[in-house]
Amino acid sequence: MSNIIEALAGALASSAARIVDLTHTLDPDFPVIVLPPEFGQCARFRMEEVSAYDHRGPAWKWHNLTMNEHTGTHFDAPSHWVSGKDVPNGAVDEIDPSVFIGPVVVIDCSKGAAQNDDYELTPEIIEDWEAQHGLIPADVWVLMRTDWSKKSGADYLNMAKDGPHSPGPTPAAIELLLKRNIRGFGTETVGTDAGQGAHYMPPYPAHYLLHGAGKFGLQCLRNLDLLPPTGALLIAPPLKIKGGTGSPLRVLALVTA
Amino acid sequence: MRRSYEGVVLTAPVSVPYVRYTNETAHWWIAKALREALAIIRMTPQEIDGLSVSSFTLAPDTPVGLTQHFGISPRWLDTVPTGGACGVAAMRRAARAVQAGDVDVVACVSGDTNRIDSFRNLLSAFSRFSMDATFPYGFGGPNASFALLQDAYMQEFGATREDFGHIAVAQRANALHCPHAMMKKPLTLDQYMDARMISDPIGLFDCVMSCAGAEAFVMMREDMAIAKGLPFARIASTIERTNAFPDDPIQLRGGWAVDIDDLWAMAGHGPEAIDLLQTYDDYPVISMMQFEDLGFCGKGEGAEFVRKHDLTIGGDFPHNTSGGQLSVGQAGAAGGYLGLVEAIRQVTAQAGGTQVENARRALVSGFGVINYDRGLCSSAAIITGANA
Amino acid sequence: MTQSLPFPPKRNPQKPTQVPTVPPMVRSRAALGLGVMAAQGRFGLQVCAQCQAVQYPPRDACLKCLNDDLPWQDVDPTGRVLAETTIRVSPEPYFRERMPWRMGSVKLNAGPVVNCHLHGEVGRGDMVRMALKLDKAGQGVLIALQLEGSENMQDDPVLRAMSCDPKRRRVLITDARAPMALALTQALLNAGAAHVFLGEPEAWRRWPERAAYAGMENVSIVPLDVTDVSSITKLSAEIGGKVDILVNTASFTRPGGVMGNDTTFARDAFEVNTLGLMRLAQGFGPAMASRVQDGVNSAAAFVNILSVHGLMPDPAYSAFGASQAAARSITQSLRSEFRGSGLRVINVYIGAIEGDPWFSTLPPPKVTPNAIARATVQGLVGGLEEVTCGDIAKDIYARWQNDAGLLEREITGGGS
Repeated sequence: MSNIIEALAGALASSAARIVDLTHTLDPDFPVIVLPPEFGQCARFRMEEVSAYDHRGPAWKWHNLTMNEHTGTHFDAPSHWVSGKDVPNGAVDEIDPSVFIGPVVVIDCSKGAAQNDDYELTPEIIEDWEAQHGLIPADVWVLMRTDWSKKSGADYLNMAKDGPHSPGPTPAAIELLLKRNIRGFGTETVGTDAGQGAHYMPPYPAHYLLHGAGKFGLQCLRNLDLLPPTGALLIAPPLKIKGGTGSPLRVLALVTA
Repeated sequence: MRRSYEGVVLTAPVSVPYVRYTNETAHWWIAKALREALAIIRMTPQEIDGLSVSSFTLAPDTPVGLTQHFGISPRWLDTVPTGGACGVAAMRRAARAVQAGDVDVVACVSGDTNRIDSFRNLLSAFSRFSMDATFPYGFGGPNASFALLQDAYMQEFGATREDFGHIAVAQRANALHCPHAMMKKPLTLDQYMDARMISDPIGLFDCVMSCAGAEAFVMMREDMAIAKGLPFARIASTIERTNAFPDDPIQLRGGWAVDIDDLWAMAGHGPEAIDLLQTYDDYPVISMMQFEDLGFCGKGEGAEFVRKHDLTIGGDFPHNTSGGQLSVGQAGAAGGYLGLVEAIRQVTAQAGGTQVENARRALVSGFGVINYDRGLCSSAAIITGANA
Repeated sequence: MTQSLPFPPKRNPQKPTQVPTVPPMVRSRAALGLGVMAAQGRFGLQVCAQCQAVQYPPRDACLKCLNDDLPWQDVDPTGRVLAETTIRVSPEPYFRERMPWRMGSVKLNAGPVVNCHLHGEVGRGDMVRMALKLDKAGQGVLIALQLEGSENMQDDPVLRAMSCDPKRRRVLITDARAPMALALTQALLNAGAAHVFLGEPEAWRRWPERAAYAGMENVSIVPLDVTDVSSITKLSAEIGGKVDILVNTASFTRPGGVMGNDTTFARDAFEVNTLGLMRLAQGFGPAMASRVQDGVNSAAAFVNILSVHGLMPDPAYSAFGASQAAARSITQSLRSEFRGSGLRVINVYIGAIEGDPWFSTLPPPKVTPNAIARATVQGLVGGLEEVTCGDIAKDIYARWQNDAGLLEREITGGGS
């Protein structure tokens, strides 16, 4: 048992290590980001039966799927944003797979988010967290836990007359995370940015600044309340779509028992 | 002046007893009548050189198919589609052909099958106008169309159901003397009045019973009939009309009214010389209309006429002596032959139980084809005995 | 006087649903013209172009002069009932189930004598107003009506069978967010509808207009997204047996011609306007078709709010127009599939809707939600198949009927 891979396999088999599923089920009712109507929209997830052990296919069942790269729990690549359009290897099929598995830290903003739909992740909150758990290391995933994933339906997107209201980072918070040279940033909401993120400078700072720096995003995560602040391993490989700007994916975390 | 029917005669009146439902085809029924007629005139099928056929249920055949079916090779073939008017119509065409020498012996046959679904099938493809403009409105069939006619007639002329009942009752009394009549029980006026309504104001005993059956007669030159020793009848006069009075909003008079003077003029006498009358009786109201339009009474006086006369065999105005279709049954197009065949029997003293004493002159009237809202075809003929 | 329609009792769940029968369906080609008139709510017959004689029954040559040019025109619908009968026996299953059945003979002032159905309030001797209605076989038939309408005349069973009257019926409006949905709901309730279901797509995306439905009696908002098969399957499993009238208001519009565009919005337009309609038909159609004879609140109609630009596109909205044309084609196939059941497919053609942001740059006239609601209810009450609502729709439809090639050149080829 000298091999660390074998050791890990053994730990999983004995439940010394566990897998936590951070993914929402892809289903037609799961909200997607809604942009101003004159812009192209994010396709909703749709399934169409091709056959179901019937005259359309007697021994098999399968579906055709319709979705956008950014439908449901999904990965954002640098090429998704204008600021990242020239980042080398910025599409999902070009990103080196070594970055799809890596350490993850979780910053708990759930109390604040429970009180304020527009709760902001600020540099102060990050520094506060670092005071407790140490500096955020380089090349890790940083996830903003808000417990927003426990909401559903209209409360999840939380659309009001002036647009959606959900928590997210300020530009300064992203700049601090970039100073730490993180690998990527993830949230439980429908975007890495706050619902009202259009009003920041730059607008949608998480997308703008992260992807401009060649970093990645994860959205619509759940079960972040089951992760330790540090010490877990995130597994988040997007589909290998030619020139893709992102994809729905299965996001898993490895934690110790 | 129209040419007389001199030298041409009617022989071999044949009625194949009707049945309510049958699995046999129209071909079978027609063959049966033909065979019987041939036996009477003592000829083989191959000696028939003329054939006239009327039938509603031969499809997909026409009478052409019958020639090969029966193995005959006529030099004169006619099909007469005028429904209840077809007997007289067939006769007058065949008569002229025999007179002209185009053919010597014409077998005139009419027959139809009747299966469980025949009535509905027949109606649904009966005529384009019925399909488009009558059956979508309740699909009451001819009963409904004639109910409208009778409704208007009753309003216009004050006839009552009792008046129509008298006709039906008298015919039933006559039918009791006819061995192959389908209706075998007497009918009283009370029974007629109390019977269930079919399509108001038409009730059960105003309606004929659809059957399978066949009727026939044979036309030939008089000298041939004499040589064969066959009883025969002569034709005194005939008329025919199709789609008469198209601008009448409702049919209160039939095509006979157009040409009736011609019928009497050709015969050389008036209604008083007639010994018996066979009307086309799909409904008593139509018989009443024929009393008027043939000249036995004035328009609208039919009800009074019926009240004043005894229409039975022994009465003062024998009418539909075998019981008519109302009591014998209606075997499709054979209904257009029924009155003519019975009239031939009457004037040749072969009518048996229904024989009217000293019957010498019979008037036969035909009516048929409810194409849309009225009977389009009408015909009439005066048939006489050999010595009339 | 006609008795007011009773409120239907609760269904007996042990009784099998009556299988719909239809009146005789076969017609000659000329007689199908009666159906074309009835579908539009017109009383029209053939009129000889040469001698002006009015023809009936429909035919191929003039009954006066044998001329074969017999165009269909609106004619005077008044007449007098000459005779009537009450049919008590029929071999035809549809009528056999409905005995006794009254039939009349009417002399039209326009000339012909016609066999017809009789409204319960008219009889022999009455002056009447004739109407051409679609019967349950979808064929144009004549019915004699009173000159002056009476209070419950629509409830006469013979007339009700020829209409898709919302009175006592339950309606599903497929998209509550559509601009005419609220007005339509109110109009249907005012017309006596027992209940209105409103489909709400994407409940996760709030919309302030939803508040207008709060507290409305006999109204339920239910989840429904015509782009999601599972949504339709789920709703039809729940309420499919209670939908008597379906009104499809789901519509996706974006401006844009063909070139200089991509196909993403076009795809959305087809997804909602065309495939959405197909899915609704697949999900709700069979149950509706089986319930056409299910008592007072039987299934009656599948209604589509279509753009008149399905007949002739506004080139500035090319994908939208194409999706409407495709939707219209689907409705034509549906009419064929529903023939044997008696379920009516009603198309209500409209132009640009007042207040619709996607048509904001178009000049008036525009059609209001209230007008659409009124026209839809009238179409249901009349049992029509083709309804045009608003000036634009009436104009385009008429020009398209008259000469589609000319209309195309007028719209695309420099007509002034």
